[in-house]
Amino acid sequence: MTALATTAAPPGVAVVVDRESAREFVDEHITPYANDFERAGRLPEELLERMSQARLWAPFLPLELGGTALDLVTLGELHEEVGRGCSSVRSLLTVHTMLSWAVARWGTAEQRQRWGQELASGETLGAFCLSEPGAGSDATGIQTTAVRTADGWVLNGTKTWITNGQRADLYLVFARVGASIAAFLVPRALPGVGVRAIPEILGTRASMLAQVSFHDVELGPDALLGPSGFSSGMVLTGTLDLGRYSVAAGSVGIIQACLDACASYTTQRSVGGTAIRDYQLIQAKVSDMVTDVRAGRLLVAEAGRLKDAGEPATIVATWVAKYFASTAAARHAAEAVQVHGANGCSGNYPVARLYRDAKVMEIIEGSNEIQRITIAAEAYRGMAL
Amino acid sequence: MSVFEQDQILAFIRDRYPQAEIEATDDIFGLGYVNSLFAMELVMFVEKTFGVAIPNDELRIENFQTAAVMAELVQRLAPSPAGAGI
Repeated sequence: MTALATTAAPPGVAVVVDRESAREFVDEHITPYANDFERAGRLPEELLERMSQARLWAPFLPLELGGTALDLVTLGELHEEVGRGCSSVRSLLTVHTMLSWAVARWGTAEQRQRWGQELASGETLGAFCLSEPGAGSDATGIQTTAVRTADGWVLNGTKTWITNGQRADLYLVFARVGASIAAFLVPRALPGVGVRAIPEILGTRASMLAQVSFHDVELGPDALLGPSGFSSGMVLTGTLDLGRYSVAAGSVGIIQACLDACASYTTQRSVGGTAIRDYQLIQAKVSDMVTDVRAGRLLVAEAGRLKDAGEPATIVATWVAKYFASTAAARHAAEAVQVHGANGCSGNYPVARLYRDAKVMEIIEGSNEIQRITIAAEAYRGMAL
Repeated sequence: MSVFEQDQILAFIRDRYPQAEIEATDDIFGLGYVNSLFAMELVMFVEKTFGVAIPNDELRIENFQTAAVMAELVQRLAPSPAGAGI
């Protein structure tokens, strides 16, 4: 296994409270090591611990659950900054955010009491288990089942592409219960839970993807999270919405990273005695990055503002932000590699990693094809025909 | 039942589906307008507009089938006006 580069143990890590402090954390603890994380295919425990010290895992949780009730606009800024440094780290934040939010929003008093503090501190790390070998965005295709017993539930099935599945302590698992889908909190330590690492993934290579299987896993009655029946789909809708928001923010971070890398490289690299930043074709690429990073940031901020206000319009706003930011990230990451020439294809610069990671953003939390279908449906829904 | 709440809820539903003719006692599930997205939007709208938190055990289909029953749910969940007593 490739040895992980680690920073010297700091005497203390400052708590991240806003974009500026997030930027400082990322620049010190993440960005310099992101290529090493990718090569190793995992994140070092030291980094996860420093994120705990920085209170980065779930600051949006209410005070009584150990959070700081951070607003979602600022949360988006934090996730953008982390995404600028490393999409694998941001991916862990995303799925942990999804599980933590679901517990806070839909959990019973007992569930919130049991898990809230540990999720806020990062003592317990979460993962989101929806996709299956035969079902991705199509939740109706879920084959995993949860069957009621006298003592609770029995869970059977296999989930795949589970971000942080290798490391997570607690899984949020969506399973079929009769004709509907319900969510369950499943500790990894339970008998019958199996974890198999997924290697050789295109991007977010350090996000510790796994296939997670459940074989006759016995759950207590308190494992069910949120409502059952018609409204159980809301747990999934709401959780995916927040995950999509995080991915949108992280995609803006990728664009910013592409811009930073290109601005630096084109200043240093010269052709025929002229810095390539002085060539107009290079300037065109950089100007498009500048424009799109600002546009993406505004779209994410709008979605966040609507979330903070409790406005239903946030769901569509988040679709739009994720679609725009992820497609722009993929486009600009490809151009960033082009700007770097052969150097861009090497592991000596960040852009090859950004290119691989950006492609993943177009697929996760609802592929962009699904996003476009739902965005178009929204256009027609508002029309009196 | 409060006509005020009912009218606001009905206006929200009609705004989302202007091509449909929906009345306060029409079953919006039966008419096929509710998917998980719209269900989420409905819950967010009700909570924000009327300042209530809908607990899990009230998230039942019977409470969301019509604008009229949603208005009744709001009435049940709304805090009593200051000074109101038995």
